[in-house]
Amino acid sequence: MSMLIKKGRVVDPKNSVDRVCDILIVKNKIKHVAKTINAKAQQTIDAQGCIVMPGLVDMHVHLREPGREDKETIASATGAALKGGVTSLLAMPNTTPCIDSPQSVSVLQKAISKTAKAQVLIAGAITRGRKGHELVNIAGLKAKGVTVITDDGSSVDDEKVLLQAMQHAKKHSIVVMCHCEDVFLSDEGSVNRGLTSTRMGLRGISKASEFKRIERDISLSEKAGAHIHIAHVSCKESVDIIRKAKKKHILVTAETCPHYFALTETAVLDFDTNMKMNPPLRGAEDAAAIKKALADGTIDVIASDHAPHTDNEKDIEFERAAFGIIGLETELAVTITELLHTGIMDWRRIAELVTLNPSNVLGLNRGSIAQGDEADIVIVDPNQEWALAKQEILSKSKNSPFINKKLKGRSMHTILGGKLVYSYREQT
Amino acid sequence: MTKWGQKDLLGLENLSREQIELVLSTAESFKEVSTRGIKKVPALRGKTVVNLFYEPSTRTRVSFEIAAKRLSADVINIATETSSVKKGETLIDTGLSIQALKADVIVVRHNASGAAAMLARHVGISVVNAGDGWHEHPTQALLDIFTLKQKLGKIKGLKVSIVGDIAHSRVARSNIWGLTKLGAKVTVCAPELLIPPEVEKMGVSVTHSIDSALSRADAVNVLRMQFERDTGAAFPRQLEYFKNFAVTEERLKKAKKDIIVMHPGPINRGIEISSAVADGKNSVILEQVTNGIAIRMAVLFLISQVRRKQ
Repeated sequence: MSMLIKKGRVVDPKNSVDRVCDILIVKNKIKHVAKTINAKAQQTIDAQGCIVMPGLVDMHVHLREPGREDKETIASATGAALKGGVTSLLAMPNTTPCIDSPQSVSVLQKAISKTAKAQVLIAGAITRGRKGHELVNIAGLKAKGVTVITDDGSSVDDEKVLLQAMQHAKKHSIVVMCHCEDVFLSDEGSVNRGLTSTRMGLRGISKASEFKRIERDISLSEKAGAHIHIAHVSCKESVDIIRKAKKKHILVTAETCPHYFALTETAVLDFDTNMKMNPPLRGAEDAAAIKKALADGTIDVIASDHAPHTDNEKDIEFERAAFGIIGLETELAVTITELLHTGIMDWRRIAELVTLNPSNVLGLNRGSIAQGDEADIVIVDPNQEWALAKQEILSKSKNSPFINKKLKGRSMHTILGGKLVYSYREQT
Repeated sequence: MTKWGQKDLLGLENLSREQIELVLSTAESFKEVSTRGIKKVPALRGKTVVNLFYEPSTRTRVSFEIAAKRLSADVINIATETSSVKKGETLIDTGLSIQALKADVIVVRHNASGAAAMLARHVGISVVNAGDGWHEHPTQALLDIFTLKQKLGKIKGLKVSIVGDIAHSRVARSNIWGLTKLGAKVTVCAPELLIPPEVEKMGVSVTHSIDSALSRADAVNVLRMQFERDTGAAFPRQLEYFKNFAVTEERLKKAKKDIIVMHPGPINRGIEISSAVADGKNSVILEQVTNGIAIRMAVLFLISQVRRKQ
């Protein structure tokens, strides 16, 4: 099997490449990248006018399988991923049952090998049942190939437990991904605390609930010397804390999600539960700080925090509705719309944020388009304007805040291991 | 001539000054109906109004019921204790069933903020918010403003203080939107923990002193303190609240002589207001109740006009 991608603008963040050239793929590997390749291939893709970049690595995805297959399955999530240009993703462990033992990793791996359409990696929990008390068997998880542990959805409240987890993680070269939230400060809120919560008559989630916990977790990681990764950063204060920590050379990476720079808290004012997630949408100054942090290297990764919920859990009273939104099908387009077309950054930085950096955090060898690399590629039309229609969503759940929003930039082809696994076709 | 132009009344935040004034002037013409020997006009004959109340309420529900009946509408009351809500039916399903029964208006009271807005998105018939969580209680604010206007002739330039649990009060929020849109100067007064964050950005001043809230005010709206509500440690004890925040004769001596004292009811005598003040010459509490009918008649009438055109 061979494939030739012609005349695309190849953006390879690892090798600092950004130029128009051809790519020859043989079997699952990139065979050759050059200005002009005249070799014969079984399949040719004309990529003129398009960006050819490594497939996205989304390190924050809730598959909902096992346990809530009514919301999403491995098959439906990975199908949605390919449509969005995501070729590798990290599955969060907050399923039912929770992925907190080597055995549960094995069971999930088996299911993945049967139905996954994209590469799926598994994050293990930090504590048994994500309850925050008893550490999981970290060495055992490592032996199963786990490289990240997280109690995502919950913060580990007990400092002693988290410090111990970090010490073990360091020993086994595992990254501790931190959902930073002090639930007492969150006050059972459902929107940003401030004018928004006041106007809506809802309890508010303060920024302090996030940034105070980030501060704590960074100081613990400094003590343990472990690599921690801060999930879903939403506000300016958090960005400032992470920037300072990086200046002190503390081993911390950070991620944000497209909604935290594309949307602000005013979007929730008419009680649209598709605008409800945790942490909540914040102010305009926070979105601006996040964009700046993405450009200057303070934030390393853009991930979707893809969190499918059925209509039954969303189409109810705002304060009772589930937190979370889907994002696999829109994250690249929203990123391009908000960060590239606005001139905030160039393609290379975007490719770093969505491919190379998350790949590095996960210890994967993605985010590169050079001879010998795995051929996971997305071909993007940077100028195509479109809007997501609800009926086009491939994810089983439809809880997207970007439905009917104008976007610019669309993934046209997705190649996984040398195979063309998704091509955009206009609906007629 | 201002157009009303919407099928629902969900809150005052999203109404224009003109729309609010239209409700007030419409209420003015309906007020007279309640003074007639035969208190009925045929404006909503053949229409069905459903009161869907998920929270206990006597005066608001009765007021809506009387308003609808004086407009000749048929009225059905649904209380949560007796309906399939007990069986776990969702608000949307209940709303759709009421729509399928060919009702024209749902008047909804619910303990979740935004519940009325959610219902209005899902049904084609009119929805009137009779109080949603801590969010809005538009007809209460409209009747408060109507009463003020009847008493003082105008709203623009008035100094109005709202005293009580602002953080958890839908009455406070609706009053803030309505009064500020009409040009009043609003001050909110409460213990620090009962002031919601960044409320100044809604265009009001904040004070923690009842005396400064009363001084130079043209009117004071005293909110009911709900000590039975579970809001955690933020609540001071009743006696302490009375000592520091209650509107008493003593305190009114330092206020404008003809200050208007309002209360949305039901009142807690001896907690947020003394009996002497509640029953005194400055109090318009019972007039508010009477005016509530005219306001609700106006609202039901205006939203039904829109429906008729569709």
